[in-house]
Amino acid sequence: MNAPLPPAPAPVVPVQTGLTGAVSNLAKVIAAGHFPVCVEVSPPVGPNIEAIQREIKTLKGYGDAYNVTDNQSAMVHVSSLAVSIMLKQAGMEPVVQFTCRDRNRLGLQGDMLGAAVFGINTILCLSGDHPIWGDHPQCKAVYDIDSLNAIRMARMMRNNQVFENGKAIPRLAPDFFIGAVENPFAPPYDYRPYRLAKKIVAGAQFIQTQLIFNVDRFREFMKRVVDLGLHEKIAILAGVGPVRSSKAAEYMKNEVAGMDVPDWVLKRLEGLSKEDQQKAGLDICCEIANQVKEIEGVRGLHIMAVSWPAAVPQVCQMLGLYPRPVV
Amino acid sequence: MSIRAFFQDRPMPYVWIWKMTEAVLLRMGPLFKRVGVERSSKIMKVPEELIKGLMFDCQDCAQCLLHYNGMTCPMNCPKQLRNGPCGGVRLNGKCEVKPEMDCVWVKGIERIQKTPYKNEMFRLNPPVDWRLEGMASWVTMAVGADQIRTGSEQGIRYATEAFEKQEAAQ
Repeated sequence: MNAPLPPAPAPVVPVQTGLTGAVSNLAKVIAAGHFPVCVEVSPPVGPNIEAIQREIKTLKGYGDAYNVTDNQSAMVHVSSLAVSIMLKQAGMEPVVQFTCRDRNRLGLQGDMLGAAVFGINTILCLSGDHPIWGDHPQCKAVYDIDSLNAIRMARMMRNNQVFENGKAIPRLAPDFFIGAVENPFAPPYDYRPYRLAKKIVAGAQFIQTQLIFNVDRFREFMKRVVDLGLHEKIAILAGVGPVRSSKAAEYMKNEVAGMDVPDWVLKRLEGLSKEDQQKAGLDICCEIANQVKEIEGVRGLHIMAVSWPAAVPQVCQMLGLYPRPVV
Repeated sequence: MSIRAFFQDRPMPYVWIWKMTEAVLLRMGPLFKRVGVERSSKIMKVPEELIKGLMFDCQDCAQCLLHYNGMTCPMNCPKQLRNGPCGGVRLNGKCEVKPEMDCVWVKGIERIQKTPYKNEMFRLNPPVDWRLEGMASWVTMAVGADQIRTGSEQGIRYATEAFEKQEAAQ
């Protein structure tokens, strides 16, 4: 009740920096008209530098950019920014993920500037899974701002060189290529394309979708997106990934929020030996990827091999996406 | 279905009530300012909490989005999203965090179709100013304190910007 009233908004003439994030490798690949591929990197749970180096060795060269997850599934992992810096030093283009679950406006902006200091130019803003799903269900979920406002914040830091509070950033503006996520498989289906449009207006330049198993649903979503002409304003990277076992598929279907795993996936994995299950998982992934690639409006792929990084090189080679273009 | 949801699913009476309230409140601004924003907020909060708490399970954010979201309070979302729904909505339209609760954004978008505020589902809602939390939104609205400016942006933008031209061409 004793809250002081905010001061009246002061009229400002926004600076126009003219930056668009074009320095990002992902932006260059998209601008050159190639078919971009993003690969997801999961930081380890413990402070294990060897695990990170191993993952770098496995994945290097297979993507145009590498998404480093931020406390994936609301479980504690090595921070996204730290691993991104390692990737950058190894000559890979990291995409730092910023979830609004763990940080307020101060934390988000501070880490965004931290990324910019290390020359990391590609960022992805998302709300993040609720802590109730993770290993610290007792913690306070921050959600000071939502993903859309995080995107808008990053865009204004870059375009107008201002912080969220409207004050100018001294000397330099960070040059971000800004990404977002969208899940075409969660209701209300009719509204999802409009929410994508909201994110475009907020400042998103590329989106990565949730893992696609239900291709028909995704096709419907894309049809609406193309009708609205949104695919020309934003690069849509379709999310695909192999499942390792029928157990993993079942877990995804039942325990992961916002996943739509149709029964045919489970049926195909059922009753196979462990190795055959892995092989079938790769085959399903490639089949879906080939179908998705043909859908109008899809600009690239985002490969998520959850806790199975070794599958990424195989998938890329099976799809003929290796080697990656140099731009 | 609860009694509250029953009435919220028929939002037009609420819209009329809101329109009348809005007309009154917009004239009250100078009075609130003279009395003092904080003091008038203390007074107005009593009826507001009672009425909006009962009707909408109001969470006292003091930056009311009710009529922008089909008379459904978005602050009941466990993630308190101002621009929902998130990607975690269950296939049956329930909340990922509270499986027994309907997603407030799914419901809001459904209900807003029945109101004259349909276009507001394209609104880019600014983030919450947490300093206002606990005040009376009737007062903050009347004196214009809920007009949050973020960064360099003045005024509210709409998603229609992204596809207006294509729609018009068709």
